[in-house]
Amino acid sequence: MEKRVTFHERWLPYLLVAPQMIITLVFFFWPSGQAIYQSVLIEDAFGGNSKFVFLDNFIHLFNDDSYFASVRLTVVFSFLVATIGLAVSLLLAVMADRVIRGATAYKAFLVWPYAVAPAVAGVLWGFLFNPSVGIVAWMLQGIGIEFNYVTNGNQALTLVIIAAVWNQISYNFLFFLAGLQSIPKSLIEAAAIDGAGPGRRFWDIIFPLLSPTGFFLLVINIIYSFFGTFGVVDALTKGGPGQATNILVYKVYNDGFRGQDLGGSSAQSVILMIVVIALTFVQFRFIERRVHY
Amino acid sequence: MVENRPFLTVLSHLVVLLGVAIIAFPVWMTFVASTHSQQTMLQSPIPLLPGPYLFENYKQVLTEGYGRVGSTAVTMTLTNSLIMALGVALGKIAISIISAFAIVYFRFPGRMYIFWAIFVTLMLPVEVRIVPTYGVVANLGMLDSYGGLIIPLIASATATFLFRQFFLSVPDELTEAARVDGASPMRFFWDILLPMSRTSIAAMFVIQFIYGWNQYLWPLLITTKESYYTVVMTVSRQANVVDSVPAWNLLMAMAMLAMLPPVLVVVFMQRQFVRGLVETEK
Repeated sequence: MEKRVTFHERWLPYLLVAPQMIITLVFFFWPSGQAIYQSVLIEDAFGGNSKFVFLDNFIHLFNDDSYFASVRLTVVFSFLVATIGLAVSLLLAVMADRVIRGATAYKAFLVWPYAVAPAVAGVLWGFLFNPSVGIVAWMLQGIGIEFNYVTNGNQALTLVIIAAVWNQISYNFLFFLAGLQSIPKSLIEAAAIDGAGPGRRFWDIIFPLLSPTGFFLLVINIIYSFFGTFGVVDALTKGGPGQATNILVYKVYNDGFRGQDLGGSSAQSVILMIVVIALTFVQFRFIERRVHY
Repeated sequence: MVENRPFLTVLSHLVVLLGVAIIAFPVWMTFVASTHSQQTMLQSPIPLLPGPYLFENYKQVLTEGYGRVGSTAVTMTLTNSLIMALGVALGKIAISIISAFAIVYFRFPGRMYIFWAIFVTLMLPVEVRIVPTYGVVANLGMLDSYGGLIIPLIASATATFLFRQFFLSVPDELTEAARVDGASPMRFFWDILLPMSRTSIAAMFVIQFIYGWNQYLWPLLITTKESYYTVVMTVSRQANVVDSVPAWNLLMAMAMLAMLPPVLVVVFMQRQFVRGLVETEK
């Protein structure tokens, strides 16, 4: 889309875009270029000297079992975060859409977790499940489950997933609710007159009409679980115990800052960049389609 | 409502109420923990109802901090978070509204390149390119400064697109009228476009304020001096101090204070918040 009426000035537009362009160049293009550049170098452990190694860092990465363990973990993790998050928020949105009395109040009570920082969300859930004082851990013990996320890898992963889903529920809920409210009431009424019950109406009318929203949220949730969950992981488990919660974005940070393996970390950054670009592309293709929907 | 099914209505209320209860539970327990003494918080099971130490705990974290050696008073970390959140939100809005103005209202060579250069920034979150970005900021000598905390985060395609979208919907007649009356482009921007963008600006502000306040990895990396610590990173850092049992009552009081400002912003500016969320994804 373009404007028909525009202003004619020679230098003003450049002046106006200058602040954003300078910041983008310095803090975006320069570091991204550096990531690509460093990914083909090996840096001397004692600093200074670096050597051009072409794709060695990538080959090394692809032969590294712990990298593939992290890839597998990230796929499982984002699948679970996305599906559980979407299922729970869809249920809540459908139910909240049904009730007339108190709907606004419910909405107010469901939107605020979005405002809680992922790192703080991690601390909160860590407290609930803390092996010595956590109230939920204590209740679980009462029914015979030893919950110790500090030592048990699967339980650590479960807890990170719960915290990550909790943090993202309000976002999904709001989009589902908006989607539900944009479905014409006449469609639902027509189906009801034809004798379709609530379950039938949901699966045959509401669910298909919501699928664009659902697909959009799926992509957003995958992106979120890939990158937005850094704070949750760092506050709860720091990637441990062992490698049990060491998802890709955490591994980039761990290898780069703790392990001081700049080349390896940059190679991982480059791979992650490709993943986000692909996901963003999918998202935009889809949005374009939705416009013609 | 299409038909009257009392059973289903009751069920809906129950499900939503249960959902609200589960979602609120962690915060309730955090609040409860922040109102007890340290001794109470060491024995399991911990109480489910608030205790009498509310004022003592909050007073201590606000004035003295967490009580360990080298801990910072929360008033200071809260101030830093506020500076960072406002800086990020206002900075983003300022630079993206003028660049959107340039992209929509002017034809100039290189316009499409600039548009695409901004567009690609949409794709890479700071977490992905964290190591080199840290290197750039270190080279520029911006570690341990508010500039280092704020400026690298304010280049944002989302805000630019939101304003671009809005400007495209502004009727051309307004621009024509302004031109006929002899208004300069900047005059048009200040007197017509900016006042019209109020709601978009408010929506953007809510989203970006939360984004800035909740930053974690970035302040964690570039601050080494306590006088620049933000509240979110302090909470997580103190929770993870190795080899010691955290003072849960104080830690949770800190967590409550870290959550309160962005949650209040969302609750009291809910309309703008929802609008901002939905519009930035268009």
